[in-house]
Amino acid sequence: MSAFLTVNNLSASLHGYDQRVLRSVSFSIDTGEVLGLVGESGAGKSMIGKAILGILPSAIDIVEGEILLDGQDLEKMKPADRRRLIGATAALIPQDPLTALNPSRRIEPQITNRLVDILGWTKANARVRALELLNEVHIDNPERVMASYPHELSGGMRQRVLIASAFAANPKLVVADEPTTALDVTVQKQILRLIRELQARHSTAMVFVTHDLGVVSKVCQRLSVLYGGKIVENSSVAEFFDGPKHAYSRALLAATPKYTDPEASLLPVDEAVIEAAAAEVLAADREWRHGG
Amino acid sequence: MLDGRGSVKRKLGARLWLSGTWLGLMALLALLAPWVSPHDPLAQDLFAGRLPPFWVAGADPAYLLGTDSLGRDVLTRILHGARIAFSVALIAGLATAFVGSLLGLLAGYMRGWVDVVISRLVEIWMAFPPVLFAILLIAVLGTGLTSIIIAIVVIDWTRFCRVVRAEAMNQSAMDYVASAVVAGRPRRDILWREILPNVLPTIVALLTLEMGIAIIVEAILSFVNLSISSDAPTWGGMIAEGRTSIHQAWWVLAFPLIVLFLTVLSFSQIGEGLKDRFDPVLR
Repeated sequence: MSAFLTVNNLSASLHGYDQRVLRSVSFSIDTGEVLGLVGESGAGKSMIGKAILGILPSAIDIVEGEILLDGQDLEKMKPADRRRLIGATAALIPQDPLTALNPSRRIEPQITNRLVDILGWTKANARVRALELLNEVHIDNPERVMASYPHELSGGMRQRVLIASAFAANPKLVVADEPTTALDVTVQKQILRLIRELQARHSTAMVFVTHDLGVVSKVCQRLSVLYGGKIVENSSVAEFFDGPKHAYSRALLAATPKYTDPEASLLPVDEAVIEAAAAEVLAADREWRHGG
Repeated sequence: MLDGRGSVKRKLGARLWLSGTWLGLMALLALLAPWVSPHDPLAQDLFAGRLPPFWVAGADPAYLLGTDSLGRDVLTRILHGARIAFSVALIAGLATAFVGSLLGLLAGYMRGWVDVVISRLVEIWMAFPPVLFAILLIAVLGTGLTSIIIAIVVIDWTRFCRVVRAEAMNQSAMDYVASAVVAGRPRRDILWREILPNVLPTIVALLTLEMGIAIIVEAILSFVNLSISSDAPTWGGMIAEGRTSIHQAWWVLAFPLIVLFLTVLSFSQIGEGLKDRFDPVLR
């Protein structure tokens, strides 16, 4: 069987502009595999995740390429079918736990909605499942949390609830969009461990969007480095940390803070490297225009 | 888990207390006006014209707040006026809130051509002077309570539409909406079950404000004699009549004006108070 998720030659642009924001992005993920998408702010990492799940902002159009989920081309599906397929097989762990839960609803329906509405479970079964999930994410008093409103929970608790909710319907694909960025360092570690634990137990395919190479080394098997909406390097995590192939990846890795030498590692990426990467992106654009 | 704030019950606050009491009292009196008011609101007694309120020399204790130039009891007319004012506030307020919020929600959530059509309509609508608009409408529809309510809805729905649209757009950009989309929930469901509950506090605050505004609009229309029949006891009509005899009988103007002022103020204050109390984030 081929990969569970394949993204082929995906390009997107701002509505009404010729400029592309995603430039012929291609990658694939097998079942049970975690792919890290790394890059600096604005490189388009989150946008790829959103494109897969169909939640791109309305100002961004997909101009070419295909997204194959379990062998089905999402871009060619009817919106209603696509919504059902995504709802049944994919889930999102969002970036900001503060806005990712509806402030005026209790936790229980926010976890069980998908089970009841999309998968047709009974309310009682969905409730049992929700309690089980909250146990799985190590929440001590699940009954009480289910009856709480989001503002009664701490940030770490909310992120646990969101992870539980993401894994509720046994998704085959999870997109984690910087799931630990909004949390403080001690909580980050627990949450990462939790995500990896659940991902391994359910052997979920996962797209892990982050700017933190340290996180990638702990969670992912492979990674793609993005610059300006273009993938400049695809490699396995082991290969990457042994020696990145692309000059930009090397610079990115060198820019990661090190405890042993904090001063030296906080230097900005070399100007020449950025220019070379930018030139590469522009060259790809020229080629794309002539080809298309 | 529950934090400190969650378990502490907040006090009602003077604002909510005062405005709530005043509105409750007025609503009760309006409801019971035919039974509690001392006189017939329409009965004229030319021999008892322009009697002052009870504490002024020459007053008749049967007319607590005095009489107007036709000898009608001011207190009775204020109580019966409250019936009209509160009916207008309630019916026109709710209808305006419904129409405006519905269009605002649709525009803010659906975006695209729906938003373009509704937003342009709002802009065109708002460029038209509201009072002139109301007078024109009444001229077409004829006077009467129903016409006034229709006029208020037609003029004021834009107030809700603009604010609710902005708030719906705000909420639509939140991650919880994205999560609901990924979960495959239908759009209609997301609008009513995810977004509406978060826009509701704004709608409630606007609604109470609108109730006050509806009372003012009714008073303005009564003032220019476009409300209900000219001898019907409306606050605006009483103020208009009182204006002509301000130097001889100030009480004909002053009492309905004070009641109108306090009622409108209370509506706006109760809205703010409720918003503070029920907003899930501020709570």
